[in-house]
Amino acid sequence: MPDAPLLKVANLDAFYGDFQALRGVSLDIAAGEIVAIVGANGAGKSTLLKTIAGQIRAPRGAITFDGEAIGGERAHAVVRRGIALVPEGRRLFSSLSVEENLAIGAQSGRSGGWTLSRVQQLFPALGERARQPSHSLSGGQQQMVAIGRALMSNPRLLLCDEISLGLSPLIVRDIYAVLPDIAAEGVAIAIVEQDVARALAASRRVVCLREGRVVLAGLSQDATREAIAAAYFGV
Amino acid sequence: MEWANSILQGVLTGGLYALFAAGLSLIFGVMRLVNIAHGDLIVLAAYLALVVTQTLGVDPLTSLALVAPGMALIGYGLQRFLLNHTLGDDLLPPLLVTFGLSVIVQNGLLEVFTADSRRLQAGGLETAAWPVMPGLSVGALPALQFAVAVAVVGGLQLLFYKTAIGRAFRAVSDDAETAELVGLDNRHVFALAMALSLAIVAIAGVFLAVRANFDPSIGPARLIFGFEAVIIGGLGNLWGTLAGGIILGVAQAVGAKIDPGWQLLAGHIAFLAVLAFRPEGLFPRVRH
Repeated sequence: MPDAPLLKVANLDAFYGDFQALRGVSLDIAAGEIVAIVGANGAGKSTLLKTIAGQIRAPRGAITFDGEAIGGERAHAVVRRGIALVPEGRRLFSSLSVEENLAIGAQSGRSGGWTLSRVQQLFPALGERARQPSHSLSGGQQQMVAIGRALMSNPRLLLCDEISLGLSPLIVRDIYAVLPDIAAEGVAIAIVEQDVARALAASRRVVCLREGRVVLAGLSQDATREAIAAAYFGV
Repeated sequence: MEWANSILQGVLTGGLYALFAAGLSLIFGVMRLVNIAHGDLIVLAAYLALVVTQTLGVDPLTSLALVAPGMALIGYGLQRFLLNHTLGDDLLPPLLVTFGLSVIVQNGLLEVFTADSRRLQAGGLETAAWPVMPGLSVGALPALQFAVAVAVVGGLQLLFYKTAIGRAFRAVSDDAETAELVGLDNRHVFALAMALSLAIVAIAGVFLAVRANFDPSIGPARLIFGFEAVIIGGLGNLWGTLAGGIILGVAQAVGAKIDPGWQLLAGHIAFLAVLAFRPEGLFPRVRH
C-alpha cells in the first residue's frame, strides 16, 4: 500500500433492529484501488456499503475518509465528501429522464472531471437516450445511468452494490469493462458481487464476509477458489 | 345570460380555489404530507397582510412583497424544525401534528385579532368591472385572481420541469431515500417545498381577504375547497388542480343560481361525484 488509505473502516458494528449485521468489520481502501467484497447472502456486504455511505448508522466503530471521521454523517453529507453509492436495484428516479437522473448526481456540488458529456462518452447509449424516461431503458442501460449518476458527484470512492444483478453476461462484461477506466483516474472502487470469479478478476484485493465478520482478506490474485469457498461457507 | 354570467363568475372564483389548492398539492406531491393547517395558514397570511397594510399604509397587493417572503420563511422553519420530524412511512403523524397546528394558529389569531370580521381594502379593485355584453361582466378582482392562479400554476410547472430545484422536488417525490444517497439534503428540499407552498398561501390569503370578510375561524373551509380542487383535478397534476378549482367554482355558482342555500352543497356534490366515479380525479398524472 503506497499511501495512507483513502477509506479506513475500523471495528464497525451495524444493526437492523435487533439483528447484528456487521461485527467488528475493519477494511482499508487506497485511492484508485478496486476492492471486491464477497460473501453469501446475508453476510453483511450491502450493509457495509450502506454504512459507509451514511445510510445506516453504526453504533460502534470508526469510518475515516481522507483522514477525517465521517461516521454518523448523513448520506448527502457523505456524498459531498466524495463517496458515492450505486445502490442495489439501481433505484433510478422513474419520473425523471435519463439526463435528469444524471444531472441530479451533480447537484451535490462537487466539482471535478465527471460531467454529463464525460459520462455519455463512457456510456454512449445514455447520450442517445438522454431525453427518454429512465424506466424505458433496458436493465443494462439503467445500470449505466445508476453508475453515471454516482460519477456525476465526482466521487473519490465509488461503492457498487450488486451491479451485475439481473443482467445478461454480455452486458455485465461491458459494465465491468469501464471500472478500470474509472479507477485509473484515482477513484477507489468497492464492489459487492455475487459472482466471485468476476469479482476476483476485476479487483486488486478481496475481502470475504461471513455472518457480519471479515473472514478472509488478501490480494485477489492470491485467493484460491478453495480458500474463498472455505471462507464463504465456513467449512 | 344570467346563467352564462353565473358560470363565468364560477370559473373566475375557481382561480381562487386553485390558489388555495396549489400549495396543498405541491407539498403532498413532494413529501406525501397532508397539511391540515393549510387553510389556517391562508388566514394567517390574510392577517399578516392586514398588519402590513395598516402599518405601512400600502395596498394589499403591494403588501405581498413582505407577506410572501414572510410566509415562505415561516414555511421553511415549520418544515425544518417541526414537520420533517413527523415524516416517515406512517401518514398519521403529519396529519395529527398539522391538525394541532391548525388549532394553535386559529386560537393564536383569535387571541391577537379577536373574532371580529376583517377585510382588506384594495382601493376600488373590488368593485371595478368590465362589461362584456349586457348582463355579462367581468370583475377586475376575479379576473386578476384568475390570471394570478394561471401564472402560479404555469410558474410551478416551469419550476418543476426546467430548474434544478424542481428536478430535486421530483426526485425526492419519487424516492426520498435514494435522493439522499445521490447527495440531496432531503430535509432542506422538503423545507424549500414548504416555503414555496406558503408563499403561494400568502397570495391566496391576500386575495381571500380582499374578496370577502375573514375571521380566524374560516381556515378549515378554505382547506376543504383546496382539498376538493386537488382531488377533482387529480393528484400530482398542477393544471388538473386549476381545472379542479374551476369545476368546484362553477358547481358552486350553478348551485347558488338554483338556490342561494345550495352554493356550498353543490360544490361538495361535484366533489363526491368525482370521488365516486373517477376516484383518481379527472386528470391524474400518469405514473410509471
